[in-house]
Amino acid sequence: MTRIVIVGGGTGGTVLANRLVENLEHEVDAGEVEVTLVNDSPDHVYKPTYLYVPFGKKTAEDAVRPLADLVDRRVDLEINRVLDIDTDGETIELQDGHDKLSYDHLVLATGAKLVPEEVPGLVEGGHHFYGREGAEQLRDALADFDGGHLVLSVVGVPHMCPAAPVEFTLMADEWFRQRGIRDEVEITYTYPIMRLHGLEPVSDWMEPRFAERDINTETFFNAEAVDPEAGVVRSMEGEALDYDLLVAIPPHAGDDLVADSGLGDDGWVAVDRYTLEADHAENVYAMGDAADVPTSKAGSVAHYEADVIADRIASEVRGQPPTATFDGKTVCFIEAGMDEATFIEFDYEHSPAMRDESRPVHWAKLAYNETYWLTARGLL
Amino acid sequence: MSEQLTADVTIDSRGAGCPGPLMDLIGKVKTADSGTVFELQTSDRGSVTDVPEWVEKAGHELVETVEHDDYWSIYVQKS
Ligand SMILES: Cc1cc2nc3c(=O)[nH]c(=O)nc-3n(C[C@H](O)[C@H](O)[C@H](O)COP(=O)(O)OP(=O)(O)OC[C@H]3O[C@@H](n4cnc5c(N)ncnc54)[C@H](O)[C@@H]3O)c2cc1C
Repeated sequence: MTRIVIVGGGTGGTVLANRLVENLEHEVDAGEVEVTLVNDSPDHVYKPTYLYVPFGKKTAEDAVRPLADLVDRRVDLEINRVLDIDTDGETIELQDGHDKLSYDHLVLATGAKLVPEEVPGLVEGGHHFYGREGAEQLRDALADFDGGHLVLSVVGVPHMCPAAPVEFTLMADEWFRQRGIRDEVEITYTYPIMRLHGLEPVSDWMEPRFAERDINTETFFNAEAVDPEAGVVRSMEGEALDYDLLVAIPPHAGDDLVADSGLGDDGWVAVDRYTLEADHAENVYAMGDAADVPTSKAGSVAHYEADVIADRIASEVRGQPPTATFDGKTVCFIEAGMDEATFIEFDYEHSPAMRDESRPVHWAKLAYNETYWLTARGLL
Repeated sequence: MSEQLTADVTIDSRGAGCPGPLMDLIGKVKTADSGTVFELQTSDRGSVTDVPEWVEKAGHELVETVEHDDYWSIYVQKS
């Protein structure tokens, strides 16, 4: 019996579990292979929904479905938290009521968590839309906001979804216009490096659009501390910005499990960027936001990586050398306001080409978000 | 000389898409202790000018830039 254990039932882990039982259908049906998906909650969360919550376009409940509804019945679903991995003994330790679980192949799909507390004052002084509570609180703060300085600061590096900060800023601009208060609001967008975005073509696309919409920009701005009382955010580079409403892309971290198990010093699993095999252990893969690969932390990446890992593990189970590799493919939609969007596609070798925003792409993004629940099930 | 340079942390950003080499470096510098030496490996020519610009602005030290066949190693020490 070959045991495949996946830790994390988010976008990557769910797609992978479904792919594996499909790829290894005969082996699973014959009882030769068992696929176990361990997630620390019975719910599956689709985070891209949170972008729309602050503007009242979606509710936080829209982001959640029971994980059991999304995974193939042949997947053994374990709702439990993994506390430790023994990569020598090839076992994992669960929080509740189990002996250790042993594995032949382990995949870490534990995602990224938010650690706003890493920046002093940020929890008290800043908002975000990267999680359920943050998005709901920001919705209330925005509803009360009738003028002043809104600062959108990209603080976390790396962070999930390269598009979201850009989208939020452009959506906020249009939202204030629609509510007739844009003249009362000053908007400033800050970014850690010398341009407006990590991807140069995206930065070039943003520049005229931000200028046209009167959105101020500050580059080389890495927020180091927030003074909630004074309403000031200070950067590592020695700048200070006054704000009335601070919306931050908070610092991110990998699950403690990663560093504790010696799989990556800074919380992201060190992997080969093509094979997705862990550098520091045998028979361990990592994917999605948890893996340290030089591309974005995006759902599309987790999805493409799931295909690669499913293929590789299926080959290994059959005693064949695994040959599938990940080329860094990343696809992101970018909302350019409330009713137009564009999208980018890139990989390790190719940078994205920008297209003008349009209504059909905005509708395509909304449609994708709706059909996501089929995608996660492996039906699309 | 360059062979003797040893980094505490090596960041392999060769072939990086988003967020890119400089962002990779900033992310690691932020959480490291003062005095840590980083080797940023990058195949992006722009990094050779962008990284020193940020390092200066943020008050860290650019130790050395070493050119290899198809990438650069930029050594930075956190202040
Ligand atoms: C506001 C916002 C907008 C976004 N928009 C987009 C977008 O438009 N397009 C796009 O491609 N991406 C987008 N993303 C990014 C996308 O959501 C993530 O990249 C994606 O969810 C990563 O999938 P994952 O499987 O790696 O991690 P996740 O989906 O985060 O899943 C990780 C899972 O592991 C579980 N877990 C963690 N540790 C343990 C443990 N020790 N034991 C058991 N279970 C554990 C967690 O509870 C979670 O269920 C967005 C993100 C945000 C926050």
